[in-house]
Amino acid sequence: MARTDPKKDVVIIGLGWTGSIAGIELAKEGLDILALERGADRDTVPDFQYPNVADELRYGVRYGFMQKPAKSTVTFRHAQNETALPMRHLGSFLPGDGVGGAGMHWNANTWRPQAEELRLKSYVTEEFGAGIIPEDMTIQDWGVTYEELEPYFDRFEYMLGISGQAGNVGGKIVSGGNPFEAPRAREFPMQPLQMQLAPRMFRDKAEEMGLHPFPMPAAIASESYVNEYGMQLGPCNYCGFCERYGCLNYSKASPQTCILDALKRYDNFNYRTHCEVLKVELAADGKTATGVTYFDEAAQEEVFQPADIVIMAAYSLHNTHLCLLSGIGKPYDPVKGEGVVGRNYAYQMTGGTKAFFEDIEFNPFVGSGSSAYVINDYGTNQIDFAAEGFIGGAYIHASQLNGQPIRNLPLPADVPSWGAGWKKGIKDWYGHSMGVSLHGSNMANRDCYLDLDPTYTDRHGRPLLRMTFDWKDNDTRMSQFMKEKIERVVAELNPTSFKSSYKDTGAHYDIRPYQSTHNVGGTVMGTDPATSVLNRYQQSWDVHNVFILGAGSFPQNIQYNPTGALGGLTYWTLDAIRRDYLSAPGPLV
Amino acid sequence: MSIMSKGLRLVGALIILGGIVILAIMFVPIQRTPVQTQVASDAVAVAGNGEYVSRLSDCLACHTVEGGKPFAGGYSIDSPLGSIYASNITPDPEYGIGNWTLSDFRAALYDGVNKEGHLLYPAMPSANYRKLSEADIASLYDYLMNKVEPVAVKVPKTELPFPFNQRWGLRLWDWIAYKDPGFEPRYNDSVLDRGAYLVEGPGHCGACHSPRTALFVQSGYTAEDSEFLTGGVIGGWYSPPLRGSNSVSAYWDEAQMVAFLRSGRNAHSGVAGEMTAVIEHSLQYFSDEDLNAVAKYLRHISADTESQHRDNLEAEKSTAAMLLEASPKMELGARLYLDNCNACHFSTGRGADGVFPELVGNSMVLANEQGGFLDVILNGAEMPSTATRPARLRMPGFRDRLSDDEVAALASFVRQAWGNNAQPITAKAVSEVRASTIE
Repeated sequence: MARTDPKKDVVIIGLGWTGSIAGIELAKEGLDILALERGADRDTVPDFQYPNVADELRYGVRYGFMQKPAKSTVTFRHAQNETALPMRHLGSFLPGDGVGGAGMHWNANTWRPQAEELRLKSYVTEEFGAGIIPEDMTIQDWGVTYEELEPYFDRFEYMLGISGQAGNVGGKIVSGGNPFEAPRAREFPMQPLQMQLAPRMFRDKAEEMGLHPFPMPAAIASESYVNEYGMQLGPCNYCGFCERYGCLNYSKASPQTCILDALKRYDNFNYRTHCEVLKVELAADGKTATGVTYFDEAAQEEVFQPADIVIMAAYSLHNTHLCLLSGIGKPYDPVKGEGVVGRNYAYQMTGGTKAFFEDIEFNPFVGSGSSAYVINDYGTNQIDFAAEGFIGGAYIHASQLNGQPIRNLPLPADVPSWGAGWKKGIKDWYGHSMGVSLHGSNMANRDCYLDLDPTYTDRHGRPLLRMTFDWKDNDTRMSQFMKEKIERVVAELNPTSFKSSYKDTGAHYDIRPYQSTHNVGGTVMGTDPATSVLNRYQQSWDVHNVFILGAGSFPQNIQYNPTGALGGLTYWTLDAIRRDYLSAPGPLV
Repeated sequence: MSIMSKGLRLVGALIILGGIVILAIMFVPIQRTPVQTQVASDAVAVAGNGEYVSRLSDCLACHTVEGGKPFAGGYSIDSPLGSIYASNITPDPEYGIGNWTLSDFRAALYDGVNKEGHLLYPAMPSANYRKLSEADIASLYDYLMNKVEPVAVKVPKTELPFPFNQRWGLRLWDWIAYKDPGFEPRYNDSVLDRGAYLVEGPGHCGACHSPRTALFVQSGYTAEDSEFLTGGVIGGWYSPPLRGSNSVSAYWDEAQMVAFLRSGRNAHSGVAGEMTAVIEHSLQYFSDEDLNAVAKYLRHISADTESQHRDNLEAEKSTAAMLLEASPKMELGARLYLDNCNACHFSTGRGADGVFPELVGNSMVLANEQGGFLDVILNGAEMPSTATRPARLRMPGFRDRLSDDEVAALASFVRQAWGNNAQPITAKAVSEVRASTIE
């Protein structure tokens, strides 16, 4: 039996970064808000408390904080002529599950997109001519500029508390920072993290080679910090348990450390856990949402929650899934090239080189998710696309993340992968390697998209989301370009040996090994309803009281980790809702 | 008349006299303290002021159970004699104070006596509240009667064992405990006088932070009494001195005092124990002016003593170096510190401003009363959520991870590291705290 609960002003789907920001910004307006989170409640103590959370097997390998495929997964295929099969064990990407979402188990690398990336199609057209854009590449502009977003990036970064070195403050290049970044209004709130040996070696060599290394902007506190909500971070102790773990030390920015205790003080905000939204309900004319239907795990029943505004703040894949299930926006049809929902799904290009040094002990267990030096000399805005034959770019970094032995035990190429030789190799080489990696863009393509699977359903009987995706020559060319640049630096470091792993021409996307939880697109923003689900305020073109937050808005992937971009966009949208929408609900464009 | 019969008559007379005295104690009506300053009969309580006075006086802390309706009582104060239940002070006519006049209400605060003339157990700090101004009492009364929702809930009856259930006996206690009513400004400085009023009167800080006599009477009620605010013990926790050379008032500056009072955290320390609720329910609502006045007053009454606090830089360096060296041969306590505490409090024992409390020179760490320190190690502690610092920063408990011997070794190490100089702690002491703090 379905139950209907009393109406709310706002219902928020998902309580990760974007849902928490939406919650507190709208709670300030006095609105009556309910957030629905499909997973468990989580807080630093007891869920991330020392020493329990520092358990590599439980959280690093068995995905303690991640989405469980039995409850929610996708089907996958490389191309339209294949039959997609469901992922029963996640690998390539690991969406979060529970309060805090993926915002609690991230590495906290926090970037702004380049100004050029936000208007990529115009930039390419103006600089190199539209002719260099491959026929099936469906890149487009975001509909919002860097200049417009700068105050919102700034606000997000100060809310998180970034440790870093600015490279361009108000147009003035600051030494030690990223000289290729767009101007920012002010410095980062905290000095950079302390850097371990691997990033320092990379920095010194890169400098020597005339490149421009700078510390990774980290949402990890290098000192005590208080943000705009009065929430607090304590200095990081470099325990190395960032990615896949909640921070045991109140040092890594997460909804828990930066927002939730402040949000919980508002009586007009409530949240419910173990409540998975099944569908956004629309009015008869389809022009507004009337609320959401969700499954209440505790009551074991479906609940209709009426609301005036629906904020979709789930993970990007789930936002797209919900739109397809709810009839918000027209589903994308790759054959006709029509429709928008599920269109322009894109991913992240990664790859790297491991260098082995028999005489150097790196103490890899000292580190953090953002202990890295980075170069942006081969970024999207630095590359001559016409000359190199690809569109995109990457940052190159040397990180010292952790020394967790199950997942982080690189061995030289000549060490066997099992048996006595493997054991000897581990003894000889644990702690003797460092990596230099690329983190790069991925362009949208006509035949990379998301839709509903015709065969497989979830436990609620809903069709699973189907992902159709593969690497394209444009992106593997970029990968090979970066390989050459990285290997040149690594060779200069004079290691005993090194081994590389990069996607090459013709490589297929392998969804099994972890790459990054940076799935973007599917509900992209833009200026044209024919090619975007959302307008420039992340408002549904078709259903004006639905706002969709997160990386699903990216029309193609930037070369950076998505959180900084989606955080800035979230504040931008919340500002538009507060300023314009609440007083006059309707399309903002 | 024989000497014997004379003696018998004398004894008899004394018994009769004694009986009369006891009967008088039992039955002669209690005289309420005369009105101190006449509040004009047409005076209107300042809107909102009554609620503010209730915050200053922290009425909620005792008169509300967790999760219960405000001021509906029922909270159990666990005295050594048994549980004393706080009364329902909502305006409900049957179970609350709906039928009380201002004069009845005032008598409860000033004289510790209820409408029926029964004496209140001194869990109600009337000995401190009798310094409240008539105006504050009037506005508090107005607030409770007119702004608080009546709640028709009966609180459990307080049943202490004989002889403590004989409330008339409290009359003798009150004679000893109650000093002059009202508050006399004495500093010729409106800020200091306001601070003194807040601390000595509504804030009733002395109730925990002053020692108590053998009769459990608070030692001193104003700064003129030498033992006032020189520290006490409550529930096995050390309630640190707020004045004198070993107090934070002599050590912290005014800004740090205010930060701690407002949010339970500052560059040095983080609140734990009973004081957590005082900050959450009362102090965080103090106006900036009032918090400054409290800090100024506490600093003022400690101004004639120099802080005992001395950083021992040599000792700090040597402990930090020993920890950083991480020799496998290090003593058990130091090793346990590295494995359990160092992540937040660091090898320096200095923690981090506002987030991780300092262990160096920390009054709870160094107290002779070890209950608080051991309770925090075993069970953890959580800072309260306040308007300016909403984060409920929590230290996890180590009850399940460390044995009594290990906690003793760890606690003893911390009490002697970085120049700290306090007696070691025994496993027996740990065991007792462990047993008495089972959740």
